[in-house]
Amino acid sequence: MEKIIFYILAFIIIAFAIASVSSKKMLRSVIYLLFVLIGISGIYFLIDYNFLAAIQLTVYAGGIIVLIIFSVMLVHHVEMELELAKVSKRIIVGIASLLGLALFLVTIYSHEFNVVENSITTTTEDIGLGLLNYEAGGFILPFEVISLLLLASMIGAIIIAKGTKLTSKKNDTV
Amino acid sequence: MNISLSITKNIHEWLFSIMPEGIASITEMVLIAVVYLAIFAVAGLYLVLLERKVAAWFQLRIGPNRVGWWGLLQTMADALKLVSKELTGTERADKFLYNLAPYFVIVSSLMALAVFPFSQEFHAFDINIGVLFLMAISSIGVIGILLGGWSSNNKFALIGAMRSGVQTISYELSVGLSLLTMVLVTGSLQLSEIIEVQKNGWLIVQGHIPAVIAFMIYMIAGTAETNRAPFDLVEAESELGAGFHTEYSGMKFAYFFLAEFINMFIIAAIAATIFFGGWLSPFGITESIPLLGVVWFLGKTLVIVFLMMWFRWTFPRLRIDQLLTLEWKYLLPLNLLNLILMALVVWLNLTIQF
Repeated sequence: MEKIIFYILAFIIIAFAIASVSSKKMLRSVIYLLFVLIGISGIYFLIDYNFLAAIQLTVYAGGIIVLIIFSVMLVHHVEMELELAKVSKRIIVGIASLLGLALFLVTIYSHEFNVVENSITTTTEDIGLGLLNYEAGGFILPFEVISLLLLASMIGAIIIAKGTKLTSKKNDTV
Repeated sequence: MNISLSITKNIHEWLFSIMPEGIASITEMVLIAVVYLAIFAVAGLYLVLLERKVAAWFQLRIGPNRVGWWGLLQTMADALKLVSKELTGTERADKFLYNLAPYFVIVSSLMALAVFPFSQEFHAFDINIGVLFLMAISSIGVIGILLGGWSSNNKFALIGAMRSGVQTISYELSVGLSLLTMVLVTGSLQLSEIIEVQKNGWLIVQGHIPAVIAFMIYMIAGTAETNRAPFDLVEAESELGAGFHTEYSGMKFAYFFLAEFINMFIIAAIAATIFFGGWLSPFGITESIPLLGVVWFLGKTLVIVFLMMWFRWTFPRLRIDQLLTLEWKYLLPLNLLNLILMALVVWLNLTIQF
């Protein structure tokens, strides 16, 4: 049963990923991308990573896709279609994608995966304790670094959003 | 996958006794899905009727009173009419996205219903991240609204959708943070465990001051997230026609309409589960009869639904800048402070327990 669900999800992911890059209408390809992301969260649910699955839904499907839709809505009209790229560009992109695919396939097939016998559901508590753990195997350093990065980007966003006001004030004082 | 299907063990055992395991579990899932869909399609229709009756009551009218006794079959008749209506659309709309949008909205709201514990037994999907799952699912519904507004190729629909997007994204934050405040007390995201904790007193009593603040913020943000008055800028009739669903007709319009009412039920049900003990009876007076849990749960939910309808017919609509100011300048800082206050209360063991 799990196998069947896995293949259905994998089919959905691959089909919509192809549709996403080959669609000529911009918002449609965003929606195909959304289906890919939902499929990935489905795979997380399948392997019992419930927390990661819900985060995938909230952050990618609910956050990033909504932001992309917003920006598409602002610049794009229903009847507009994307132009096809030049032939030389298409060939170069095709070769680059094939190289990437080859790299992935080689890595996946040369690596030996360990099959976990008894899958244990990771609870939110485990994740939280792991994040704040400063002993060996803990993730406190990356956690703090990421929070610093987020703070910096938030301040940056505020500066950009308020940019004109700040500069005009400076001009007044000078 | 361990999906705990705990609805009435008898049916479960009977199914597994006559069929092989794999087929039986699939049949069980399909049965549960059909039961939920049937119940909530009808429940949504009766919420519409309730809304109309409450509105009539507030305006000293009688409300629907012709179809069936006391107008009880009015919304059923409306639904039948909507099913039989022609599905129209704009000429140069993006047909694929236009047809897809209603399903996003209705599917995401129906999915959220699966995790609610209606009583100890009647609980379809007891996932260990219940509250987070609810927030994740509710963040997807807005995509349907945005798509519907954009692909209709209509200015009013587009403006309505933009407003809806802005509103839902900002108020989602407050809903999430106020629920997180309560998770500090329960120490678990699983809805069945949250109810278990409340056997020592409902969370609004256990958490006293910060819990009451969290409940008020939750109700404001929840009303805004369902796009209901006084936050119904999305479909402000005087400015935008019908907002994002201006171009929809027939059953597709009904999906949007039904989803709005189911979302209202979901917001009320989350409030009942997290703040008021879900299916627990006050002081455990009917603890010996577990079947009454459904009655208590629905009773609490309907009281909160009534509160939201009361808001609707009491307050005038906000302007978009007032709406955003309320969220980002008042609710969000208040919520963060409240979170710290609740952490202090839990840390110093100041919660009230019976």
